[in-house]
Amino acid sequence: MDFTLWDIVRNLLIGLQWTVLLSLVAFVCGGIAGLLLLVARISDSGLWRALARGYIELFQGTPLLMQLFMVFFGIALFGIDVSAWMAAAIALTLFTSAFLAEIWRGCVESIPRGQWEASGSLALSRLEQLRHVILPQALRIAIAPTVGFSVQVVKGTAVTSIIGFTELTKTGGMLANATFEPFLTYGLVALGYFILCYPLSLSARYLERRLHAPA
Amino acid sequence: MPLLRVSALHKYYGDNHVLKGVDLSIEEGEVVAIIGRSGSGKSTFLRTLNGLESISDGVIEVDGEYLDAARADLRSLRQKVGMVFQQFNLFPHLTVGENVMLAPQVVKKTSKAEARQLAHQMLERVGLGEKFDAYPDRLSGGQQQRVAIARALAMSPKVLLCDEITSALDPELVNEVLGVVRQLAKEGMTLIMVTHEMRFAREVGDKLVFMHQGKVHEMGNPREVFAAPQTPELANFIGAVAQVG
Repeated sequence: MDFTLWDIVRNLLIGLQWTVLLSLVAFVCGGIAGLLLLVARISDSGLWRALARGYIELFQGTPLLMQLFMVFFGIALFGIDVSAWMAAAIALTLFTSAFLAEIWRGCVESIPRGQWEASGSLALSRLEQLRHVILPQALRIAIAPTVGFSVQVVKGTAVTSIIGFTELTKTGGMLANATFEPFLTYGLVALGYFILCYPLSLSARYLERRLHAPA
Repeated sequence: MPLLRVSALHKYYGDNHVLKGVDLSIEEGEVVAIIGRSGSGKSTFLRTLNGLESISDGVIEVDGEYLDAARADLRSLRQKVGMVFQQFNLFPHLTVGENVMLAPQVVKKTSKAEARQLAHQMLERVGLGEKFDAYPDRLSGGQQQRVAIARALAMSPKVLLCDEITSALDPELVNEVLGVVRQLAKEGMTLIMVTHEMRFAREVGDKLVFMHQGKVHEMGNPREVFAAPQTPELANFIGAVAQVG
């Protein structure tokens, strides 16, 4: 059976859709989890801080691939049947949350101490301080590095091909085997990632310049 | 019964004993100026009064609120003790009006309309009613500090703490801020201020507290204390300040 170039591209586009979907899920869920993690990480309770720190260091200090295996095979140990898609989404969410929490902590800590003191002196609770005073200011600083990190998430989805999730890389692998054209196929796969990531990198750079320029 | 009473207050930073047993009592409506060299513990002391600095030993009582090393209900204490800072610390992402409205809305659950009206009143009080919709970075230092005062007043505190509130200002802007403070004193506000403005302390203060090495070293009516300091440390300090000023 012969494959035309269009056959390859068409199949890769289907894989690309899954890559985009997985990236979005990981980024949105990871963002929500990361926000909760951030609150714990800068809480005034030492226990919460330690737990959040442990979590972040665990996920920053191990390869994404191992995390993926842990989720995929670990959940199966409890007798729960977990699909490759589910395992991929969970593992990438955990990974993303740890990194985003740490990026955002840096942004929160760059807000001058006086903002905490002034809002605290007005009797705002810690969560109210975060919600009304600290996070709105930290958000502005956080946008560029957050968008920048999204590139890592997109590229990170590639490892989920190992557990059989048919995203872009997995699709590419199957096509390479069927067509005996690995260079062409993987070249197109790489191009697919580049098309997703390059605009993100560009906008991160643009936002960085725009939001950091003096008012 | 004094409005604020501090007894045997101690504070350590690690091994550093910065407050070594401070006793002070302040009546409602009193204007208290705290002076002393840098490192005397005066700012640290002021910051313990609303819980910005924890204390190691002793007791602080403000209008029925009770604070010691073990327990502190900071939320209710801070509704009674307002604070204004050297660096203004306005919230840069909010307009002047929103800066003043925030705490009444969030902490006291005042409705937005009421908070807005309150903010207008407070800004009028410091002479900045027309700046309601401006952002803080469009204001001069003196104007920012007056907004900070309005922001603190909007919570109707029993006591207002002022931590060197004119020290970061250009000289020509100092008087507009002192004018607001003078007006507050006249209206009967209880004020505790750490200050380098000796003339202002003498003119407006009811009580002068000279802190030295973590203790209240000398205290009394400002005019009398300045005219006849009882301790060589205060005499030296006044002499040193007079030379510069």
